[in-house]
Amino acid sequence: MLILTCPHCGVAAEETEFAPGGQAHLQRHGPGSSDDAFEAYMFLRDNPRGVHFERWRHAYGCGKWFIAARCTVTLEVFATYPAQCLEPPPEAVAAIRARRPDWQPAGGDAASGKEPA
Amino acid sequence: MKRHSVFAVVREALRQNRGWPKHWESPAPRASYDTVIVGAGGHGLATAYYLGRNHGITDVAVIDKGWLGGGNTGRNTTIIRSNYLQDASAAIYEKSRALYETLSQELNFNLMFSPRGVMMLAQTEHERRGYLRTERANALQGVETRFIDAAEVRRLAPIINIDGPRYPVLGALWQPRGGTARHDAVAWGYARACSDMGMHVIQNCAVTGIRSEAGRVTGIATERGEIACRRLGLVVAGHSGVLAGMAGFRLPVESVALQALVSEPVKPCLDVVIMANTVHGYISQSDKGEMVIGGGADGYNNYTQRGSFHHIEETVRALIETFPMLSRLRMLRQWGGIVDMTGDRSPILSKTPLEGCFVNCGWGTGGFKAIPGSGWAMAELMARGSSPLAEGFSLNRFREGRFIDESVAAGVAH
Repeated sequence: MLILTCPHCGVAAEETEFAPGGQAHLQRHGPGSSDDAFEAYMFLRDNPRGVHFERWRHAYGCGKWFIAARCTVTLEVFATYPAQCLEPPPEAVAAIRARRPDWQPAGGDAASGKEPA
Repeated sequence: MKRHSVFAVVREALRQNRGWPKHWESPAPRASYDTVIVGAGGHGLATAYYLGRNHGITDVAVIDKGWLGGGNTGRNTTIIRSNYLQDASAAIYEKSRALYETLSQELNFNLMFSPRGVMMLAQTEHERRGYLRTERANALQGVETRFIDAAEVRRLAPIINIDGPRYPVLGALWQPRGGTARHDAVAWGYARACSDMGMHVIQNCAVTGIRSEAGRVTGIATERGEIACRRLGLVVAGHSGVLAGMAGFRLPVESVALQALVSEPVKPCLDVVIMANTVHGYISQSDKGEMVIGGGADGYNNYTQRGSFHHIEETVRALIETFPMLSRLRMLRQWGGIVDMTGDRSPILSKTPLEGCFVNCGWGTGGFKAIPGSGWAMAELMARGSSPLAEGFSLNRFREGRFIDESVAAGVAH
């Protein structure tokens, strides 16, 4: 059971109050982009065993979207921040580094904003 | 290998069961193999078995970070069926179901395959129409199913509350040759047969890296040293994304926890498998008498093998409306498995951007039933470079828009 804190209204609640929305910080690719970029945006996911950035909606609360940085192995939540952030804010990165000193941003779209190597 | 038979059982009964041989060897890994399969679950072991049986490739190692069949092979609800809507799915799942029919004899290992019949309840008008469509599709695909009415559902499963207030049973899609099997035995039986062919089944040896040269796989790094290979098969279900990361590509896969639970054992009261997709639960009774209940998957990425409590709460709450007698049962155990979900909820059996490296994953919530067929197709793909059964399940289908859209066709439960 996850306990998340909504960064908009400040309410901390169990996961049943929120709705998960999949990997965060995906770079949107639409008409005119290459097939590779569109496939990566539409289907390919990082799926890390460890630190993950994920969209959530405070469905049974203020209704707003936010992003949670959490660990998929321990379910520890490092930080939550508004969905308007295009990349993890420095406080969130610091909170992750404090608990996972070895953490490197994933190779794909997430967090780094770069295409996979 | 000593063969199992009724005479062996009598012989061992007379000498206090001291003469049973080891079922498989646990050798130290060699420095090189022709083919390495990562993942000693059902799918990985079946792949190795059919590489040897169908294609004569026996210089094979199957490597697992844990113990044999200790992942999803030992964590599922053991349901076997093939009543899918899309042709590609029906072909591979029906191949699998057909292989299960004689697999105990072939492996000389009792898998306790029990074709007791699987019914998928229609509890809304929409679902009824969907199953009528599946019945027609199955007739064309050569899969034996038929739509039965509520009276026949009641005859086959008297413990169902047919006229439930919220979800009355309107009928069911019935597959008489579906059923269950002993899940651990499937892994053990394949491992025994692989070991007998001279293959190495290596447990407790995590893969830490994948080696390549000029875009071609050359081997793997493990906790017990480097192992060179010409062909590599990644068959690791929930951890496919991690292995793909080592190989340098990404997959359209996300890993979530799927839960199941069993009740205390009770006297026989249910001799068919029942899936209720509207309320999202499925149930059967094990040979020990436990009610085996499967529920829904979490909505977020998760590697914990536990899952959230509210999902089993929802499953049980819904099931006791359809099976009122369950309300008095106590639950013994609950567990979760990490399932790999693809965008279209269908599996991936494919070549990868790394030459010589093949991937078999994405079975999501319904992999157990597919073990023999998946191994058959994966072995053919690895040995020959293509397989008719695997053709529709390539990685390219996502970028080309050729989805095998079973999550819409078959409801949520696979």
